[in-house]
Amino acid sequence: MHTISRDDIIKLATLSSLKLTDEEIDSLQVDVGNILSYVEQLNELDTKDVTPAYQVTGLSNVFRKDVINSGEVSREQLLALAPDSQDLQIKVPKVL
Amino acid sequence: MPSISYYQGRSALQNVQEALQAAKKYDKYHALLHLTEKRALERAAQVDNGAISGRLAGVPFVVKDNYLALDGATTAASRMLEDFETPLQATVIERLEQEGAICIGKTNLDSFAHGSSTENSAFGLTKNAIDPTKVAGGSSGGSAVAVALGIVPFALGTDTGGSIRQPASFNGVVGVKPTYGMSSRFGVVAMASSTDVMGCFALNGKDAELVTEIMAGNDPKDMTSLPDYFKPLEDVSSIGSLKIGMIGDFMTEDTDSGVRERVTEYVDSLKMAGHSVSTVKLPMAKYSLAMYYIIVPAEIASNLARYDGVRYGSRAKDTTTLDELYGLSRDRGFVAESKRRILIGNYVLSSGYFDAYYQKAQQARQLLIDEFDALFAEFDVLLSPVVPTTAFGIGENTDDPVKMYLSDAMTVGVSLAGLPALSVPAGNANGMPVGVQLIGQRKSDAVLFALAKSMEATDD
Repeated sequence: MHTISRDDIIKLATLSSLKLTDEEIDSLQVDVGNILSYVEQLNELDTKDVTPAYQVTGLSNVFRKDVINSGEVSREQLLALAPDSQDLQIKVPKVL
Repeated sequence: MPSISYYQGRSALQNVQEALQAAKKYDKYHALLHLTEKRALERAAQVDNGAISGRLAGVPFVVKDNYLALDGATTAASRMLEDFETPLQATVIERLEQEGAICIGKTNLDSFAHGSSTENSAFGLTKNAIDPTKVAGGSSGGSAVAVALGIVPFALGTDTGGSIRQPASFNGVVGVKPTYGMSSRFGVVAMASSTDVMGCFALNGKDAELVTEIMAGNDPKDMTSLPDYFKPLEDVSSIGSLKIGMIGDFMTEDTDSGVRERVTEYVDSLKMAGHSVSTVKLPMAKYSLAMYYIIVPAEIASNLARYDGVRYGSRAKDTTTLDELYGLSRDRGFVAESKRRILIGNYVLSSGYFDAYYQKAQQARQLLIDEFDALFAEFDVLLSPVVPTTAFGIGENTDDPVKMYLSDAMTVGVSLAGLPALSVPAGNANGMPVGVQLIGQRKSDAVLFALAKSMEATDD
C-alpha cells in the first residue's frame, strides 16, 4: 500500500500552482495514495534495456519555414481574451 | 433514427430547425451545454441559397465542447473556460464546414475530458439515452447521447483512453477512434498529447466513415499529424476473409456475462460471414491501465499548466500576488478529478520519481506495443468488448476514482499503442447496449470500416 503524506500533497499542490482547501488536501491524500498503489503493479514487469515509447507515429524532425504566422488571429483579438489588460499589455498583480 | 442520407437534399433550414427543436425537446438529458443557433441558421441560409455546397450540405451535427468553435463559449465543461470565446475554429470543424455541415451546438463532457461518465462536468451530468438513471459514459458523453437520441446524425468527440468508444458502447451508437495522428488536433483543448485523437459518433458505419474521411488528413498546424493516408475501400467485399483475433484476456469472468454473450454472438456472425476468429493472448493488457494512469496524468499536468488566469480563462478576484492569482484561479477552475490528475502527473514527473514511474510506464508501453505488433503480424483485426459492463448507475462509481478508471481497462491499451478502433453496437444485455471493439494495426482504419459496414449488412 502506497502512503503519501499530507505534506507531500501540500508540496505537490505548490508545485502545481493549486491553492487547495483543507478538505481537498484530505481527500486528495486518500485518492492519490490509492492511485499510486494501483499503478505500482508495473513493478512486476522486467523492463531492463527496454527503450521507452515516448511516441507512436515514427515521425521525426517535422520542419517548417522560419516565417511568422499569426494564425489569422490579431493581437487585439488575443488581448480581448485576457481577463485584464491596459495599453496593449496583459495586466497582473504587482510581481516585485 | 434518421441517418445522414435523410438530411441530404432537403432544406438546410428545415434540417437545422428540426435539430434545434429536438435538442430542446431532450433538454432533460443535458447532452448539450449550449446551442450555436445564430451561426447555424446563417449557414443554413447559405446552403439553401447555394453559397455553400458539399458532401454534407445542410447536415446538422454537434461537437464536444472541448473543440474550439465559433458562436458562444468553448468551456471544456470547466469553470476555467466558462466564458472563453475563441477567435478561431478547430481544423476538423473547418473541414466539415467546407463540406456544408452545420454545427448546431456544443455537447457536455467530463471537465477537460477527465472522466468516464460525464459526471465530472462543472455544469451538471448527462443522462444515458437508453436509461436516464444510468450514466452517459465519457468523457464524450454528450455527443454520444445526442446521436443516440436522434438530435443529429453525427457528432464529434475526443478519445484519449476510450472517451469516444466507451460512451458509444453505453448508448448503442458507432464510435470512431482513428489511428493516432490521422486527424488534426489543432484547435482542440489538449488533454494527453501522445494519445488524444479526434473522432466521431454516428448511427452506422457508412456515416461514420464519410465523416471520418472528411476529418482526416495532414495539417501543418499539428506537427504530429500524419501524411494523408485514409481512403475508404470502395468495395467492402474486397477485404475478403479476414483473420481475426479475439483478445481472451478481456473475455474472463471479470467481464459481465451479458457482455460476453453479445460479443460471442458477434464472433459467431463474423464466422458465418466467412472470417476466421481465434482467441489470442495479450498478457500486457492487464498492465495497460496502470501505464495509462502514469503517462496520461503526466501529460495532463503539463498541458494544464497553461491555465493560469493570466492570458485567457477565468481569473480569481481580489488577489494581491501573482502566486495567489495562479493558485486561486486554478483551484476554482478545475474539478476534483482534474486536480487528482495534475497532482499525480507532477508526482510521477518529479525528480527522484521520474525513473520509477514515468520512464517505467513508457518502457511498459513499448512492451505493450510489441505485443500488439506481434499479433498484427498474424491477424488482420483484433476484437474485444469495449467495456467490461453496460452503462452503470449515476453516482455508482463517483466515490472511488480507481473503480471508475476500471471501465477504461479495455480501451486504454489501444490508445497507448496509437491503434485505430471502432466501437460498434452488438445488441443489448439486460436492456442496455453492448459494444464490440474492432481494433486494427496503425493506418488500417479503412479495413475496420469495411468490416463494420459488411456486418451491418448481415444484420439486415
